[in-house]
Amino acid sequence: MALILFFVFAIAAVLSGICVAFSPFGNNPVYSAIALIMTLFFLACEFVLLHATFIAVLQILVYAGAIMVLFTFVIMLLNLSKEEIGEERLTLTKVVGLVVVLIGLTYQIGRVIWAHKVAPVTLHLTDGGPSNPAFGTIQDVGVKLFQDFLVPFEVTSILLLVAIVGAVVLAKRKI
Amino acid sequence: MTAQVVEALVHAAIKFAILVPGFVLALAALMSWIERRQSAMIQDRVGPNRASIGGVRAWGLFHIIADTLKFALKENIVPRGSNPLLFRLAPFMAMAPALIVFAVMPVGPTNRWVVSNLDVGILFIFAIGSLSVYGATIAGWSSNNNFSLLGALRVSAQMISYEVSLALNLVGVFMVFGSINLQTIIEGQGALLGGVLPKWGIVVQPVAFFLFLAASIAETKRTPFDAPEGEPELVSGYFTEYSGLALATWFLTEFAAVIMVAMMATAVFFGGWQIPWLPPTPALVATWWFQIACVMAFFAKTLFFVWVQMQLRWTLLRMRYDQIMTMGWKYILPISLANVLVTGLFLLLTR
Amino acid sequence: MDGYSALLVVTFLVVGLAVTMLVLNLLLGPKNPSAIKSEPFECGQVQITSPRQRFSVKFYLIAIVFIVFDIEVVFLIPWAVLYRWFLTQPSWAVLAFTEMLVFLGILGLGLAYFWKRRGLEWD
Repeated sequence: MALILFFVFAIAAVLSGICVAFSPFGNNPVYSAIALIMTLFFLACEFVLLHATFIAVLQILVYAGAIMVLFTFVIMLLNLSKEEIGEERLTLTKVVGLVVVLIGLTYQIGRVIWAHKVAPVTLHLTDGGPSNPAFGTIQDVGVKLFQDFLVPFEVTSILLLVAIVGAVVLAKRKI
Repeated sequence: MTAQVVEALVHAAIKFAILVPGFVLALAALMSWIERRQSAMIQDRVGPNRASIGGVRAWGLFHIIADTLKFALKENIVPRGSNPLLFRLAPFMAMAPALIVFAVMPVGPTNRWVVSNLDVGILFIFAIGSLSVYGATIAGWSSNNNFSLLGALRVSAQMISYEVSLALNLVGVFMVFGSINLQTIIEGQGALLGGVLPKWGIVVQPVAFFLFLAASIAETKRTPFDAPEGEPELVSGYFTEYSGLALATWFLTEFAAVIMVAMMATAVFFGGWQIPWLPPTPALVATWWFQIACVMAFFAKTLFFVWVQMQLRWTLLRMRYDQIMTMGWKYILPISLANVLVTGLFLLLTR
Repeated sequence: MDGYSALLVVTFLVVGLAVTMLVLNLLLGPKNPSAIKSEPFECGQVQITSPRQRFSVKFYLIAIVFIVFDIEVVFLIPWAVLYRWFLTQPSWAVLAFTEMLVFLGILGLGLAYFWKRRGLEWD
C-alpha cells in the first residue's frame, strides 16, 4: 500500500515539477508558482510515507506557505510586461544551465544504477514503520537539534539576521 | 489493503462528513443570518424578516434558504481582461484549506471524536492554513480590477504578518503542556491548579490568549482588521468582482475560518471538551453520556467564541491599514516573544 | 499512519465538494454576457488605470521578514515541546533556556534593526 502511494505521489510531484517549466494552460508565471506549490506539497506527502511527519509539516509550512508567498508577491506585483522581458533568446547562460542540468541528472541516475549494481537495493517502504517508533516525531528532531547540533542551531540565527539586513540594504538602495 | 484499514478510512470519512457539513457549514449558513439580524439589532433596525414559507416567518430564518437559492441562480460574471481559469478556481483554492483543517480538531474525549488524531496536531492547522493566503491573493490579482488588486495586496501582507504572531502565542501553551497534539493539550487542561482553578490555557497563559484572539481575528480578516475588504475604501476588496456561488464560497470560507478560530481558542485556551471541576477519570470517559456531555461542552464553548467574534464586529471600529500592520509587528510580535521568554524563565525557576 | 491516511480521505472529500460547487457554479444561473456587464467594476466609471502596475517594495520586505520569523517559530516549537523534558535534566535545564535566549536575542536584534531602518513604517 505504501509502495503504491509512494509511486502515486512521486509521479504527481515530478509531473507538477514539469508543469513549473511547461505549463499546459499557457505561459503564465502564476501557473508555474501554483505548480511549484503542488510539487512541494507532494514532496511533503513523500516525507509522511517515510514517517518523517514533523519534516513533512514543516515542508508545507515553510516552503509552500512562506517562501512561495514571496514568489507569488514578486510575480504578481512586479507585473513584468512582455516588452520588459524581451524576446526569448538563446543566451550563453541558458546553454550553460542546460548542460549543467544534464550532467547533474546523468550523474545522479548513473550513481543510482551503479549503487544498485554494487549492492542490490530493496525498497524498505513497509506499512510496519521504522524500528524506532519515535523516529521523525517532533521530540526526536528536537533532541537532535538542541543537543547534538546546538552550534549549527545558533549559527542559523546569525544567518537569519544576515537575511534581514540584506533585505533592508537591497530594498533601501532601490527606493 | 486489509478490511481494518478500509473500515478506519470509512469511519474517518463519515466523521468528517458529519463534522463539516453537519456543524461547520450549517453554522456558517446560520451565521450569515445571525450577522445581519445582530447588526439590525445593534443599529436599531428590524433586519431581514420577510422570507416566509406558507405565512410562517420564523424571525426571518428562511432567508438562509432564500439566499442560497439566489446565490446559486445568479449569473457568474467574469470581468474583461481577467484570467478566467484562475478567477474561477481562486474561491475554491481558499475554501479547501479552510475546511481540511477541521479534520484534526478533537471534539470529544476519545479518539472516536476526532477524524484524524495527528501527532503534529496544531502545526498541521498552521501548515494548511498558511496555504489559504493564495486563494485571496490570486482572486484579487486575476480580477483585473484596481480594488481587487489592492485588496489582494493588503490581505496577503496582513495574513502573513499575523501568522507569525498567531503561532508565537501558542508556543507558551506548548511549553506548559509539553505537546503540540491537540488531544494531549486538552487532556492536560483537565487538572486543577491548587485544587480550585481549572488548569486551562487562559489561566496559565493569560497574555497569550488575548494576543492570540487579536491575531486570529486579523487572520480571518474581520472587523476591526478588515481593511482588505473595507467597504468605504475598497468596495469588497479582493472579491469585488465575484458573483453567484463563487461569492457565496467567499462568505463560506470566512465563516469557516471564524469557526476554526473559535475551536482553536476553545481547544487551546478554554479546556476543549473538558467540563470544569469534573475531571475525566477513565471510568467516566468510558460512559457514553459523559462523552456526549463533553462534546456538548466543546460545541457550547465554540459557539461562545463565535458569538464573541460577531459581537466584536459590530462593537469596534475598523482600523486603518497602517495601524493594523503597526500593531502586528510593533506590539503583538515583541510582546509574544517576551511572553515566551517569561514563560521559559518561570518554568526554569519553579522546576 | 492511520491519521494520515484519514487525511488523504478528507482531502478527497473536500476536493470533491469544491469540484461539485465549481460545476454547479458553471451549470446553474443564466449566461448572457455583454460588453458592459463584463467591464471591471470601477464605481460606474470606465477603468482609467490598469491594475497591472507595480507596488511599493515594502510588501516584498514584509514577505522576507515574514519568512525569517516563520523559520524562527519553526525552531521555537520543538524547543517548547521539549522544554519540560530539558528541565528534568540537571545538566541541560539552564542551557536549554540560554540557547533559546541567545537565538531569540540575535533575531530580536534583526527586528530592532528592521524597525530602526523604518522597515515597519507604512506612511
